[in-house]
Order: sequence, then C-alpha cells, then structure tokens
Amino acid sequence: MDSNRVRRYQIAFFILAAGVVLFLILNICIGSVRISLTDVVWAALGQKSSETADRILWNIRLPRAAAVLILGGALSLAGYLLQTFFNNPIAGPFVLGISSGAKMTVALVMVFFMERGTRVTAAAMILAAFAGAMLSMGFVLVTARRMNHMSMLIVSGIMIGYICSAITELVVTFANDAQIVNLHNWSRGSFSGMTWENVELMTVVVFLTVFAVFLMSKPLSAYQMGDAYAKNVGVNLMLLRVCIVIFSSILSACIVAFAGPISFVGIAAPHLVKKILNTTEPILMIPASFLGGSVFCLFCDLLARTMFAPTELSISTVTAIFGAPIVLWILIKRKKT
Amino acid sequence: MNGYYFSTKGMCVGYGGKPLIKEIEIALPKGEILSLIGPNGAGKSTVLKSIAGQLTLLGGTVVLENDSLAKMSADKLAKRMAVLFTEKVKAELKSCWDVVATGRYPYTGWLGILSEKDKQIVNEVMELTHITELGKKEFDKISDGQKQRVMLARAMCQEPEILILDEPTSYLDIRYKLEFLSLLQEMREKRDLTVIMSLHELELAKLVSDKILCLKGEYAQRYGTPQEIFTQDFIERLFDINEERFWGNEKLLWYLKQVTEK
Repeated sequence: MDSNRVRRYQIAFFILAAGVVLFLILNICIGSVRISLTDVVWAALGQKSSETADRILWNIRLPRAAAVLILGGALSLAGYLLQTFFNNPIAGPFVLGISSGAKMTVALVMVFFMERGTRVTAAAMILAAFAGAMLSMGFVLVTARRMNHMSMLIVSGIMIGYICSAITELVVTFANDAQIVNLHNWSRGSFSGMTWENVELMTVVVFLTVFAVFLMSKPLSAYQMGDAYAKNVGVNLMLLRVCIVIFSSILSACIVAFAGPISFVGIAAPHLVKKILNTTEPILMIPASFLGGSVFCLFCDLLARTMFAPTELSISTVTAIFGAPIVLWILIKRKKT
Repeated sequence: MNGYYFSTKGMCVGYGGKPLIKEIEIALPKGEILSLIGPNGAGKSTVLKSIAGQLTLLGGTVVLENDSLAKMSADKLAKRMAVLFTEKVKAELKSCWDVVATGRYPYTGWLGILSEKDKQIVNEVMELTHITELGKKEFDKISDGQKQRVMLARAMCQEPEILILDEPTSYLDIRYKLEFLSLLQEMREKRDLTVIMSLHELELAKLVSDKILCLKGEYAQRYGTPQEIFTQDFIERLFDINEERFWGNEKLLWYLKQVTEK
C-alpha cells in the first residue's frame, strides 16, 4: 500500500514544482513588453540583449515574480496553519480578520511616519503588520473561546476585519492627498513595485519561518487528532499553540507589509493541495501548501497584470474570482457529509 | 514502594479549581483491571482525565510504581500510559493503519517518520487486536465498533504498561461490547497490562474487573473487589434505586438481582 502512496506524493510534488517553474517563466516573459525566453536565458548568463529588456527584467519582472512566489507560498502556509489550529477548513488570515488587523497598523504607521516626512523601512512595516496581526489574532482567540461553532468563528473574524478596515479608511480619509494614492493602492492588495531589497528581506523572514513550521510537523500531526490524544502522546499543547499563533502571524504580517491584504489564497491553495496529495499529514502538507500557494499566486498575478493591460487589476480581484468558488465548494461538500 | 503498580494518595479532582471528588485512594497491583462505576455525572470521566494528566490534580498524588506522575516528563509518561477517551477522533483522509500508527509518536524521531521497527509494531498490534483487515480502510468510513478497536490498537502502539479507558463500550452493540472486553482481558494476559476504565454496564463491570471504585458525591464511596461491592443494598444506594418503584415488575427486579448476586 505504501508504494502507491509514495508514487502519488512524488507526482503531486513534481506537478507543483513544475507549476512554479512554468508560471515563473510566464510571469517573467509576458507583459506589456514581451521578452523572449532566449533573452531571459541570455540575461541569466550575464549577457545583455537590449538595454530596456534587461532593465525590465532585472528591476521589475524578476523581483516581482520572486515576491509573488515567496509571499504566495507564505499566505497559503499561514492559511494551512490556521485551518489546523482552529480545525476549520475555511479559516485563513483574510477571513479571520488577521490581514485587516495588520493592514490597519501598517496604515497607521505609514501615515505617522509620512506626516513627519520620513519613509518607513520594510522591516518596520513587517513589525507593524505583525503587531496588528497579533492584535486581531488575540480578538479571534477570545471570541473563539466563547463560541465553539465553526461558522461563528468566521463571522466574528469578518467583523473584526470590518472594524479594522473602517479604522484604516478613517486614517486614509484624514491623511494628506499625496499619501492617499500610495496607501490606497497598497490597501487593495498588489504585488507591484517590488524591489530587490524587499525580496531579500522577505526571503529571510519567510524561509526562516517556513523552516520552523516544518520542524513542527510532528506535533502538528498529533494535534490534528484532537487535544486529548495529542496530550496523551506527549505534545506540549500550550507551547505548540503559541508557536502556531506566532508563526502564522509572522507569515500573514509579511504578506500584508509587502503586498497588502490578499483574499482567499490561504483557503483555496491548501485545500487544492490536500486534494492532490490526498493526505493531511503536515510533513507533506507544509512544503506542498507553500508550493501550491506560489503557483496559485503566480497564476493570479499573471492574470492581474495582463488581462486588461495596461490597466492592472488588484490581486485580490483575481484571487477572489478563483478562490471564492473553492470556499463555496468546501462548504457545500461539508453540508453533505 | 508499597507493592502496588498504580496508586493514588488523597487525590482530589475537579474543574477550574473547584473540587468535585476528594481523597480518592486507589491501590492497584500490576495486571489488574479497575472499573469505575457510579451514576451519571458522578465524575468518572473527571477522575480518569486527572489520572491521565489531562486535568491538573487539585490535591494528592498519582504514583506509577515509584514515580509520581506530576514529576514525570510528558514523553516518558506517553511511553507508559495510553488513553482511549470518548472524544471524537479527527482523522481526515487517514487509513486505519495510519490512525494506529499515530500511537508510535513517543518513539519516533523529531520529524515523526516511522522506522521499519515502528511499522512492524503497528502490524503486530493490529494483529493482536484483530483489525489487520481494516488496515487500508478509511477511518472516517468504518463503524463505531470498529473505530473503537482501531483506537484501542492506537493506544497499544504506545506499548503502555497502563491503559485508561473512558466508557469504552458505550457506543458498541452487545457483540462488540463482549469482543472489546475479551480483547482487554487477552491483552492483560499477554502483556500484563493494567487497565483503569469507567463502565456503565454493571453486569459487565462485575464480570471483567478485579477491583471496583464506586463514585457518588463528594467522596469515593467504596473501593474493593466485585464480591465486596456488588451487594444489592449498596448498588441500590449508589444509584438511588428504590425497589418499591419496581414492585410488581418481576422482570426488572430479577435484572437487579442478576447484577448484585455474588
């Protein structure tokens, strides 16, 4: 029985990895200026084809594609962690209001610094977003204690999201004109304007966190069975819970700090990956969710950039179109069983 | 060292700092089966959860051989004590073999990958509990009786010295009840397993137990062998059964006699 399963996992991981490579190439080549694959290869080898193509490639397309890959994976993994934590297939950083909480604190910090004429560093943005994510998470945890029904958790998460968004809107309304444009684009969610500096920072933060999460896969798998059994086999439940909350908040914070809140990826990507793998084992789901989220976001960002070019859609518009039906599908399937 | 494998001294259990049952004294030799009986809401589950370390003791100690449970590391305890509770198990997309294998947790390395030896133990335990043919079936799709046996196998995979079971027969029909209890006795004979469980069925408790602990009210009522416990007047008092209520109903009176007869 083992060999069949192993084969399935191998194929699934191959498909996911191939998807990442394929969409990475498409994202680099397709755009308002088309860059051929040979140009990309030449550029990678250090040969210059043309000045503009080279600049577009190195300064715009590559950092953006790299950011989508990393943040998409982080978003999906954050969703998977929250779904495991709450034992709820439609939990995720967006529906639980965690993204909105992070968005609120980032907006506050941005306005605060811009009023004083200084730019906010990326690291400060991550910290602000992390504080906001933890704040929302705290509220969600308090409400989750009082009501243990799965849909009530989501409803309270959405309410928290609305409150945070309202505060963000308030801040934006009273900010100076020049800042609004900046804030407005970001608060709708977009991968545009990524610099290599951003990419370096997010790579470090996200990969350290993903590695830490991967090391938690054994206790996570026991946790999936329920509290009593996890405790019986020797899991330190309190420590594990704290770790899940912190790591999922770091991942959510990274996404919001760099790309703003992005909806549905955190639910849709892990769910699709679970269907492909046909397992819930964290040791497989953690890397697979990451790859799945990367593929999903690379695909959505490609559409966001190219569908109505030169107008760029907000990334959440595209992720919602593909992600929301998947959430509905999960809900309908649960009703049946 | 008092010669007993499992003992409690002045154990006080309860939720949220409020004591429910006080001064519970249990002394159980290795390889014996202890059943907790008592009316609904008497705190059987609370006692079991406290013994298993899932609830913090409000007083007293639980001792395994010479080691106090409170001082034992979670990892060490997991290798000695396994539980089977009434909570629903979540096992999405897991086969029965997978569920049984989760019992190897305390023995695997830090990524939880099963070694050949672990796999062999899983297979052995499944054979011992007669569920080898369930191996490939999806856990979510088997019957409650089968699930209970799979969960027993999972617990046995921890290679425990002592097993804590909360109403293990509740959802089972009579055939599975008997099968399950005979399995427990088999396990005791083959592995010298000590068992502490709560049971609703008095006649079964009387049959399979070596010791009985009766719970009702603030203090444990009685602790002893089935012969000492099962006297008609005591069982009637324990469960507030008023014989007069059943006067004229010979069949029910006969049933009561069956339970309490030595």
